[in-house]
Amino acid sequence: MPSLKDLRGRINSVKSTRKITSAMKMVAASKLRRAQAQAEAARPYAERMEAMLSRLAANVAGRPGAPRLLAGDGADRVHLIVAITGDRGLAGAFNSSIGRQTRNLVRRLLAEGKTVKILAVGRKGRDYLRRDFYDAMAGDMMFGGRRTIEFAQAQEIAERVSAMFDRREFDVATLIYNRFHSVISQIPTERQLIPLPPPATEGEGKGPGAMYEFEPDEETILNRLLPQNLAVQIYRAMLETNAGFYGAQMTAMDNATRNAGDMIKKLTLNYNRTRQANITKELIEIISGAEAV
Amino acid sequence: MPVTLEIVSPAKLLLSREVDMVVVPSAEGDLAAQENHAPMIVLLRGGVITVYDGGKAGDQFFVAGGFAEITGDRCTVLADQAVPVAELSRDAARARLDDAEKGWENADKQDIAVRDAALDRLLSAREEVRLAG
Repeated sequence: MPSLKDLRGRINSVKSTRKITSAMKMVAASKLRRAQAQAEAARPYAERMEAMLSRLAANVAGRPGAPRLLAGDGADRVHLIVAITGDRGLAGAFNSSIGRQTRNLVRRLLAEGKTVKILAVGRKGRDYLRRDFYDAMAGDMMFGGRRTIEFAQAQEIAERVSAMFDRREFDVATLIYNRFHSVISQIPTERQLIPLPPPATEGEGKGPGAMYEFEPDEETILNRLLPQNLAVQIYRAMLETNAGFYGAQMTAMDNATRNAGDMIKKLTLNYNRTRQANITKELIEIISGAEAV
Repeated sequence: MPVTLEIVSPAKLLLSREVDMVVVPSAEGDLAAQENHAPMIVLLRGGVITVYDGGKAGDQFFVAGGFAEITGDRCTVLADQAVPVAELSRDAARARLDDAEKGWENADKQDIAVRDAALDRLLSAREEVRLAG
């Protein structure tokens, strides 16, 4: 049976924990708004780029000499996995769900006899994956605690990926990130970056696609568009991760605040019971003492 | 019938409205898009997009390069970076020019792709500085 003093100490410590978690929740909520706005603002570009690329790809696909970024080499021996997580924790299962998804994919590829390389973006993912797949780590990159995510950062990652591809260090690249579905749900998503999967809207895109004129010419445009598309896809994933992270953190901190509240209630009840029991015990002692006289 | 012009950069959608005509700085010379233009996909150099309404030049945007897709009733500009000309900052432009000049000096001139990319950046930065005044 803990003493009254112990209980008081515990109630106070849980109270200060609750203060911290509720403050973190507020901070996450305000950052979420900005991150979500940024993620939504970036969507039109990514969508239009995808549309343009699919029309272009329809023109070039199947022809010999199509750029490698688009069609690949036909090999799929070495896989590169780009896993995007947050830099910080305290966001529930946000980071570990990416870790789990990546681990499952890696295990599956290894079982198929493929070679796997991992590029971790974000500190948490790096720490998590390095523990399990130290030999497979091809490198890591971090946001460095910067407040906003710039396109230049995504470009840096994209350049690194395409440099590796040019050196023929991998055949297939897959991106794993948390898609921002809503504040309380982020969905771990896999997306193949290289070679580019054929566009989903096949039937409609083909007809008018053939009629486009190109200036200077298709090859040149495609050679510019493909690396740009890579950067845009990564940028988008980073923004969604950022928004999702604050969403997950907000939810996690909300839960923590509520749990702390429950705990305070339980401890307070316990405290009052103990206090009453002590008083009753003292009274009994006094009364029985008086009776004995 | 006007053309629907959309200017998007990776960061945001800058403009989406109907205009009478728009002139985009294509890699091989300026190109005006009006209604019923033949469908084209063009590469952009660093330069100015000018919007025309009712025969008069209106809004101007600086783009640092990118792509434009033109069809009979639409013109979509995917800019690497786009800013209204009035909001260009002189210091930012200078900084970019310095970077581009350094990039040009260090570029491997034997590699055509690298050389062209560095040259495009340099020209685009020069244009930006000129516009920023």
